[in-house]
Amino acid sequence: MTTDILIAILATAVTAGTPILFAALGEILAERSGVLNLGVEGMMLVGAISGFVIGVKTANPWLGLIMAMVAGGSMAMIHAFLCVSLKANQVVSGLALTLFGIGLSGYLGKAMIGVPLPQPFQTVNLPVLSDLPFIGPVFFQHDPLVYLSFLLVPALWALIFKTRAGLNMRAVGENPATADSMGINVFLTRYIYVIAGGMLAGIGGAYLSLAYVPSWMENMTAGRGWIAVALVIFATWNPLSALWGAYIFGGIDALGFRLQALDVMISPYFLKMLPYLFTIAVLILVTRKNLVNRIGSPKSLGVPYDREER
Amino acid sequence: MAVIMLHMNAITKRFPGVVANAGIDFDLRTGEIHALLGENGSGKSTLMSILAGLYRQDEGEIIFKGRRVDFRSPRDAIGAGIGMVHQHFKLVETFTVADNILLGDKRAAFFLNRSKSEASIEGLSARYGLQINPRAKIWQLSVGEKQRVEIVKMLYRGSEVLILDEPTAVLTPREAGELFNNLRRMTGGGRSVIVITHKLQEVMEIADRVTVLRAGRAVATLERDELSERKLAWLMVGRDVVVQHKKEPVHSSNIILDLYNVSALNDQSRPGLEDVSLNIRGGEILGMAGVAGNGQRELAEVIAGLRPVTRGAITIEGRDITNRTPREIIAAGVSHIPEDRLGTGLIPGLGAVDNLILKEYRQPSLARGPLIDWKRARADAERLVDRFNVLLTSLDAPVKFLSGGNLQKLLLAREISACPKLIVAVYPVRGLDIGAMQAVHQLLLEQRSRGAAILLISEDLDEIFKLSDRIGVLYEGRLTGFLPAEHADLEEIGLLMMGSKWTDDMEEQPNDISFTARVTHLL
Amino acid sequence: MTSLLQHGLPICFEKRLAPSRSAVFIVPVLSVILALLTGGVALALSGKDPLAVYYIMFSRAFGSTYGLSETAVRAIPLLLAGLGVALAFRMQLWNIGGEGQLFMGAIAAGWVALSFPQAPAWVLLPAMFAAGGLAGGLWAFLPSIPRAYLGVNEIITTLMLNYVAILTLDYLVYGPWRDPGGYNFPLSAPFGAGAILPAFGDTRIHAGLLFGLIIAVIFYIVIYRSRWGYEIRVIGESPAAARYAGINIPRNIMLVMFVSGAICGLAGMAEVSGVIHRMQPGISAGYGYTAIIIAWLAKLNPFAIILVAFLFGGLQVGGFIAQTSGVPAAMVAMLQGSLLFFVLGGEILLKYRVRWRTRTVGGG
Repeated sequence: MTTDILIAILATAVTAGTPILFAALGEILAERSGVLNLGVEGMMLVGAISGFVIGVKTANPWLGLIMAMVAGGSMAMIHAFLCVSLKANQVVSGLALTLFGIGLSGYLGKAMIGVPLPQPFQTVNLPVLSDLPFIGPVFFQHDPLVYLSFLLVPALWALIFKTRAGLNMRAVGENPATADSMGINVFLTRYIYVIAGGMLAGIGGAYLSLAYVPSWMENMTAGRGWIAVALVIFATWNPLSALWGAYIFGGIDALGFRLQALDVMISPYFLKMLPYLFTIAVLILVTRKNLVNRIGSPKSLGVPYDREER
Repeated sequence: MAVIMLHMNAITKRFPGVVANAGIDFDLRTGEIHALLGENGSGKSTLMSILAGLYRQDEGEIIFKGRRVDFRSPRDAIGAGIGMVHQHFKLVETFTVADNILLGDKRAAFFLNRSKSEASIEGLSARYGLQINPRAKIWQLSVGEKQRVEIVKMLYRGSEVLILDEPTAVLTPREAGELFNNLRRMTGGGRSVIVITHKLQEVMEIADRVTVLRAGRAVATLERDELSERKLAWLMVGRDVVVQHKKEPVHSSNIILDLYNVSALNDQSRPGLEDVSLNIRGGEILGMAGVAGNGQRELAEVIAGLRPVTRGAITIEGRDITNRTPREIIAAGVSHIPEDRLGTGLIPGLGAVDNLILKEYRQPSLARGPLIDWKRARADAERLVDRFNVLLTSLDAPVKFLSGGNLQKLLLAREISACPKLIVAVYPVRGLDIGAMQAVHQLLLEQRSRGAAILLISEDLDEIFKLSDRIGVLYEGRLTGFLPAEHADLEEIGLLMMGSKWTDDMEEQPNDISFTARVTHLL
Repeated sequence: MTSLLQHGLPICFEKRLAPSRSAVFIVPVLSVILALLTGGVALALSGKDPLAVYYIMFSRAFGSTYGLSETAVRAIPLLLAGLGVALAFRMQLWNIGGEGQLFMGAIAAGWVALSFPQAPAWVLLPAMFAAGGLAGGLWAFLPSIPRAYLGVNEIITTLMLNYVAILTLDYLVYGPWRDPGGYNFPLSAPFGAGAILPAFGDTRIHAGLLFGLIIAVIFYIVIYRSRWGYEIRVIGESPAAARYAGINIPRNIMLVMFVSGAICGLAGMAEVSGVIHRMQPGISAGYGYTAIIIAWLAKLNPFAIILVAFLFGGLQVGGFIAQTSGVPAAMVAMLQGSLLFFVLGGEILLKYRVRWRTRTVGGG
């Protein structure tokens, strides 16, 4: 009986962690190329609502997902234009993106509150794998987007560390002047990964509105975008670490949920605080550890590249 | 041999307010080492940056191997076979040597095959005697090794023309000698090398031909057999050069700074300074020579209180200041002219008044309760700017818009006006033009006459010899020796810079240094 | 694509040797106009007449004495929170936790008010003021400790604490503080008369406005005239130079964050004591976030913050009115966000001169 509860909690940890995982993977790409994008929360929200609107209109969650990617990517393009082309302050631009995203999604979503989604993403049990004891129900009885994230993690890891494109990306994030001198287009590289990051954040948002919840609520991301930003530091800019990191955060979320259902004598408001407090605690521990192990963010993270100041 | 590989015809390049290159003609033969000689600001780096695709000329044309070329970026130039090794290396510190060399290489497969490329890099570096380990991370390498990586990087791209910008500035005389031998080996293989330099001895040593630039114009191109140092100096400066700053003997007084067995860690948490003991008397300049990265920065920072001392003791006039806060050390009479002028020594976004009170704002003389007496601060600033000849548009304009020379004068104005007992000057004239350089040296000598103790850290041996009363050498965080300036010669210093213990093996060192330099007091 | 991104614009940017004076004024004005245009397009797309909506918004917010007084009421928390975050931004400390600090200030002030319902105003108001400032300050001080000593990213920690603060208030008003006579609504008992900030005349404008104006003046004097302000400016411009000059950076981080949070806490205290008069969820319409936009728009200048806070107060009043004609309230948040984009983009005009591209320009 307790195993069932454990499996249920772990399975929820996976689904609860998935939106954070997508967003964190996107942020890893942006930050590896040297652009800090604090607009993840805003991009997720706009992704969630645009995906939901199309999901409702077409009754096809896949079309909704594509729309969410387009929306997240477009939001990220604003950030890229401001920070890469106009060399604006990345912190403030990211905050603006989040605030704008909260406003825009609220504006677009006004008519969508309480509207049911005709066709959410459905659970697909993977043949063979889903029958595995324990592992099966935890990892392989989910919707297709979870499986997409399983594929994305090793793919992005290989991209970053094993390919020429990844070498260029990391060089641009570490030392753009050097990359430029070796003929790598710093501006184009940053645009590409910031926008790709926005698309992934859009998927993360759409996962909430098209699979996890599935419906639209104002501010439904509830800080997950920010947790994703923290997760990137926790994962030391590595997609593989982001995977299990996201599931830990998802697990905290799921745990609060479960404890509430089990009628534990803790106020639900305190249980809801858990992910935020946990994020702070983890961030402090990880920053300390990274300091000791001399693991740092990409050297040029947050610094606009200006050719004249070579 | 006399096949012309490259022509630059009537190159003109203007920057806002200056003409950096005014119709310069330059040509390069196949298989030659061609020195481009000129003072700082004479336009030699600009000319080569145009050739390397970093800038584009406003007028003029480049003919390379018979074809007119138009480089829009360094990639175009590298693709055509022209590679430049910059003074500030273009390397990604966290990457391996191999990854740096592969970076931006279009021929590499999408999925990197690291073992294959490492093998080919090893082969290439062995062929030219440029020993490097392709698997090492850049931040683990010495400056000389980093330079070899840069050269191999360009060879790997198939560069036929290799441009080196002040390549010996960061090398010991022996490393410089090795570099010149390797360059010879490359020209033997049909490549051509351009060396940008302002050092006459270097030109005499390696150049097949020399083009001298002065104030943005090419004043002469000379063949090897036409060269003499005196002639080159005259061409470069445009007037006869006389030895300046006759140092008046100063009667040095009591010991001001005393370091006893001081050790400290570097930024990588490894030993950066080990068992350094030294002292400086009032009215004495101690010149600290050594290749950059051998503990100079750490030495300056432990004295200024910016880096913790792990062992040993530091005193100022007998008062212990070991591991005191920078604030206490400033109060004890220590001035520090840091390597990073703009950003550490000065605050880029603030004006001259704000910058000039950086160390004095706590003094009762500037206080009006919790507030600062700005009227007085402004009056003081006006006086200092005037006295030190700092050229400003206004006292409130951000100082980041000032030229290097004016920045340094502003910084010195602040540091000297405090009448310090000790001045720690780190690379005080780096990047300055001749006029500003002389002004800075004059100020330091004045402080010596006033009785201040001065620790001068420099990688320019000419500067060290010109100003110092005693010379010390740092190698891998240790002091390898002390010499009185009048008895020191460049060869000895050069050996110490490579880590020889000067008493023991000084005699045993084979005299194979091809760099048969001697100290010239030309400039 | 290369040339499109790097050289595609028919203009080029030439570095200015000194910041432009005229651009300092032109950029914000132009940004407001462009943001209104963007909002207008959004309104038109959703079938509303933008001019009519804007007319209603502006005439109601600024066109009558009542409208102006309501605008001022809304401007008070924005002014205080704007000053609070601006102080931290001065030192490049990204205090995004204004919202949470505002909530904690309100909670502490509310706790004082609810604990001593009968106490007279001359005791209660100073106590609420002190409690609100202290609680807000502590809420910002907590994340400043790991920031000062370990370099833990304060953006994330201050932001996470916003959620914690909001949930704390929810817990209190849904639980221990719920008014038994309140028909089960999540409301506390109303404050006693002694816990209410006096208002001006028969408007709702309360004494919190004075807090804001006085703090703005102190802010100015501290930053530009005092030794402490000088240290803040040096650290903000160049931490390396500050360290070199012997300025204690960790101590200043914690001190500045505390004061920044305390000012935001006062915004919360003023809001519950001056306007709401009880505790309830949603005491803030995102004031702590809007404050970030205000601070940046005002270039962190305290007097400009007064002006911008007033304009944004009007925007919020106007947005509230526009809701009655079917425009979602989120329109205001969207306008504010896009305004910040334009201001950020416009800042390039301060640093660069825009020139039409001519043929011979090279390099980059």
